[in-house]
Amino acid sequence: MAQIELSAIRKSFDGTDVLKGIDFRIEDGEFISLVGPSGCGKSTLLRIIAGLEPQNSGEVRIDGHSVDAIRPSARNLAMVFQSYALYPHLSTFDNIAVPLRMRRLSAIERLPLLGPLLPGRRAKERAIRADITAIAEQLDIAPLLRRKPGQLSGGQRQRVAVGRAMVREPRAFLFDEPLSNLDAKLRVHMRAELAELHRRLEATFVYVTHDQAEAMTMSSRIAVMMGGELIQAGTPAQIYNDPGDIRVAEFIGSPKINILPGRIRKDGGIDVLGTALRLACNATAGDCRVGVRPERIELGAGPFSGSVVHLENLGAEAFVHLAIEGAGLRLIARLADVRHLPAMGSTLAFGFAPDAVRVFDPAGKRIELRAEQPERIREPAHV
Amino acid sequence: MSHTHSVTLRAILRHVLLIAGAAIMLAPFIWMISTASKPQTEIFSSELHLIPHHFALAENLREAFAKANLLRFLLNGVIVTISIFVLQIMVALPAAYALAKLRFVGRQTLFALVLFGILIPPQATAIPVFLLLHEVGLLDSYAALVLPFTISVFGIFLMRQFFKTVPDDLVDAARMDGISEFGIVWRVMLPAAIPAVTAFGIFSVVAHWNDYFWPLIVLNSEQLRTPPLAVAHFRNNEAGTSYGPLMAAAMVIIAPLVIAFLFAQRRFIEGITLTGIK
Amino acid sequence: MSDGSMTIDAAIVPAAAARQTLPAHGSRRAYAAYALVTPAVALMLVMLLGPLAGVIALSFTDYQLGAPHFSWIGLANYQDLFADKVFWTALRNTLTYVVVVVPGAVIAGLGIALLIQSGTSLRSLYRTIYFLPVMATLIAMAVVWEFMLHPQFGLVNGLLRGAGLPAFAWLQDRNTALYALCAIGIWQAVGFNMVLFLAGLVSIPKQLYEAAEIDGASSGWARFRLVTWPMLGPVTTFVVVISGIRSFQVFDTVHVLTKGGPSKSTEVLIHTMYTEGFEFFRSGYAAAITVVFLVFVLALTLIKSRLADRGVHYT
Repeated sequence: MAQIELSAIRKSFDGTDVLKGIDFRIEDGEFISLVGPSGCGKSTLLRIIAGLEPQNSGEVRIDGHSVDAIRPSARNLAMVFQSYALYPHLSTFDNIAVPLRMRRLSAIERLPLLGPLLPGRRAKERAIRADITAIAEQLDIAPLLRRKPGQLSGGQRQRVAVGRAMVREPRAFLFDEPLSNLDAKLRVHMRAELAELHRRLEATFVYVTHDQAEAMTMSSRIAVMMGGELIQAGTPAQIYNDPGDIRVAEFIGSPKINILPGRIRKDGGIDVLGTALRLACNATAGDCRVGVRPERIELGAGPFSGSVVHLENLGAEAFVHLAIEGAGLRLIARLADVRHLPAMGSTLAFGFAPDAVRVFDPAGKRIELRAEQPERIREPAHV
Repeated sequence: MSHTHSVTLRAILRHVLLIAGAAIMLAPFIWMISTASKPQTEIFSSELHLIPHHFALAENLREAFAKANLLRFLLNGVIVTISIFVLQIMVALPAAYALAKLRFVGRQTLFALVLFGILIPPQATAIPVFLLLHEVGLLDSYAALVLPFTISVFGIFLMRQFFKTVPDDLVDAARMDGISEFGIVWRVMLPAAIPAVTAFGIFSVVAHWNDYFWPLIVLNSEQLRTPPLAVAHFRNNEAGTSYGPLMAAAMVIIAPLVIAFLFAQRRFIEGITLTGIK
Repeated sequence: MSDGSMTIDAAIVPAAAARQTLPAHGSRRAYAAYALVTPAVALMLVMLLGPLAGVIALSFTDYQLGAPHFSWIGLANYQDLFADKVFWTALRNTLTYVVVVVPGAVIAGLGIALLIQSGTSLRSLYRTIYFLPVMATLIAMAVVWEFMLHPQFGLVNGLLRGAGLPAFAWLQDRNTALYALCAIGIWQAVGFNMVLFLAGLVSIPKQLYEAAEIDGASSGWARFRLVTWPMLGPVTTFVVVISGIRSFQVFDTVHVLTKGGPSKSTEVLIHTMYTEGFEFFRSGYAAAITVVFLVFVLALTLIKSRLADRGVHYT
C-alpha cells in the first residue's frame, strides 16, 4: 500500500490558478476524502496524483519516490471515474480484463486475430479469467460478466468500474466523485459498500467528492479544499467540531452552521446580538462572526428570541427556522422532539452553551477562546 | 365527408406525381436491362418495345465478357477502392485523434489546414500530382490510382468531429490501464466511431469506384482499368454497333454498387450525403 | 529509482521551496501527437497543398511534359487563354450548364422531397428509387442515356414520335447537345438534393406548423411560405452551392459522349483543361485553366460560407 506526498503543487489552466500550492501527506491505508465546492481544484489534484495531468510546479512522491517522470499506467494506481469510463464496446469481463491483458500479454499476444493463436496465451488467459472471476464474486457482479455496459444499471456499472480498479492490485485507489451519477438511495447504499471495501482491502483510498455527507461518513480523514487551496485536514470529528476557517465550518454539516454577527470588546469579551457571552478571547477588538450549529441551539429558554418563520419536519427530527427581529437574520435550530412543534409565527426564546460557540475573525480565521475572566462571572463572593 | 375525399385525392395525386418522376428516374435502368436482353435485330428496329421477343441476355453477357475482361475490371475496382479506404483509415484516424484529444503546438494550424484542404476540388491538383508520379515513374500502376487519395482531409475532419464526442474520461481510463496513445486510436476511438467509419467507407468506396477522371489520366494499360474506364473503352470500341453487349456490360459494371445499395440503403444514403457536406 | 537518502528528506517540504519540475509525461503526449499526425501532414503537403501551390506556379510557366527546360513567362498563359475563342466557349458552356442544371436539380429535388414528406406511405421506396441514379456509375448510365437518345433507335425519340412530336438528334445536333447533357446532369443530381432536403424537412419542428395552423395558415401553399421555405433557408443555400460546385466540375459525360462536340457546343472548362494538360501535355497552359476553374469554385465556396453565417436560424 502507499503513502502519497504532495509538495507545493501548483497548477494553472490558461492563466487561471487552479491549484495554488498544495502540501499534503496521505498516509498508508487511510481513506481520505478531498472535499470542496465545484471548481476548488480537487479533481485536478487527483488527476495530478494519477499522472493524467502534469503539475506546473511541485512534486508528487509515492512511498518516498518521486513519480513525476512516471506515466499513469506505471504508477500502479487505479482510478474510478465519475462516469465510470467503461469501454462501451467491450463486455464486463473484457472491461475488467483490459488492465490485466495490457500488463501480462505482450504486444503481439494482444493482436486481435493472431494473438489467441499463440501458444502461451491460453495459459495466461486462464489465469486472467481466474482473477476476474474472484473479483466478480467479491463485488457481486459475476452474473453480469457477459453483458455490455449499456445493459447495466448505474450501480452495476459502478461496481464494474471498481472491479477494473481492484483487479490491478494497485498501491492506492483514486475515486473521482464515483457516486454523483447515482440516485440518492443508491448513493447511500454504495457509501456503505465502499467503506466496507476499504476495510476489507486495507488499501489507501483517495476519494474526491463535493458531498460533505459522503466525506463525513466514509473517510478516516477529510481534507477541505477551496479556491485551489487546502484549508484544513483532519478527522471528520475534528473538521466538524474544530473548524479552523469559517469556510470549513459553513461547508461541513447539514444544515449549515448558523453565523451571527458579533463584537469583540476591548477587554476580550464577546458580544453577540447585544448580549455578552460567557467567553473571552485574546484577539483585537472589532467585529467578529460567531458560529453555532443547529443542534446546539436550545429552544425555549435563553437570552435571545426570534419568531418561527418556517418548519421542516423530517419525521425523526425537525428544523425550526427563526427570524431574529431587528437583526434581519435567520437561524436554524434542530428540534429532536417532533411531537411538540412550535407554532408558525410564535416567538421563541433560545440560547446556547458557551462550548457550542466557534468564533471567527473578519478574515475567516478561527479565534481561540478561553472561559470568561473570573471578574466577569457574577457570583456572590465567598468569603 | 368531403374532407376524407380531399385527403384521398391528395394522396392519389401525390402517388401519381411521384410515380411519374420515378418512371423518369428508372427509365434508363429499365431500358438498359431491356436492351441487354434483346438480340441485335430487335435493338435496331424503329418500333419500341420493352419486353424482348427473344430473350438474349445470356448471349449479350457472354459477348460482353468475351470482348472485354469485365471480371478483371471489376476486380481492379475492388482492389483500388478497398486499398484506398484502408489506407485512408490508417492515415486519418491517428491524425483525427491527435486533433481531437491531444494538446500540441501547431494543433490549430493543422486543423485550419485540414479545413482549407477540404475546399480544394480534386481537379485542381491533378496536373502537379500527375507530373510528380511521372517523375518517380509510378504512372500506369495501382500505386498511381491509390496513392493520391490516401490523404482524405475530409475523413480527418469527419473523424475528428466524431472523436470529440468520445468522453475524455474513457481516454484517461485507457491511459491508466496502460494503453499507449497509438493503442487508444485503435482500441478506444475506432470502436466508438464505427457508424462514422462505415458512412465514410461507403462515401469513399462509391466515390472512387465511380471515379473516371483520375484513372483516365494516369492509366494506359488495359489490365489496370477500373470499371468506369472499362465501360468507356467498350463503348469506344463498339461505336454504334453492339448495343446489346454494351448495355450488358453497363449492367455488370453498376451491379455491385446497386446491389449493395439495395441491401443497405440507409447506410448508403448517410455515406453519400457526406459528399455534399464535404 | 531514487536512492535511500532522498526518502529521508521526503518528509514535509516547506511550501517556499517550490521545485520547478518539467512534467515529463506532458511532453511525452505531445511527442505521441506529432508521431500520430506525421503521415497525414506529409501526405497533405505532397498530395494536396504542394500541388495546389504547384498548379498556381505552373500557370506562370511554359512547361510541357517531358520537356527538358521550361521558363517563367509571367501572365502569357493567361493572355493566350483569354484570347482563345475555345476558352470562352468552354466557359460559356460551363456557365450555361450550371445555370440550367442547378435550378433544375434543386427545384426538382425540393419538389420530390416535399411530395415524399407530404404523405406517409411508401416513403423509403420512393427515396430508394430517386437515389438510385446517384449511386450508379455515371459513365455506365451516360452510355445508356446515349443509347436512349439515339436518333433512330432511342427510347426518347421513339416516345416522341409515338406522341406525334418532332424528334431530335440530341447528342449530335449542335443546338441540343449541351441541353441533353444538362438533362443527364439533372437526372443524376436530383436524388442527391432530395436526400439533403429530406433531412432539412425532417428537422423542422412540428410545433411551427401547429402554430401556423392556429394563426390561420391552413392551405399547403401558406404553410410552405410561412414555415417550410424560411426554415429550409440554410439547407437550400447549401444545396444550391454544392450543386453549383459539382456542376462546375462536369467532365465525365462530356468526355465519354461528345468529347466537347459537336463543334465545341459541349466543350466545358475541365474538359478543356484535360485536353490541354493530358492530351497535348501543355502543362503550363492547362494549369492556367485550372486556376481560372479554382477561382470560380472558391468564389462559390465563399458565397456558401458567407451565406451560411448569415442564415436565418433559431433551433
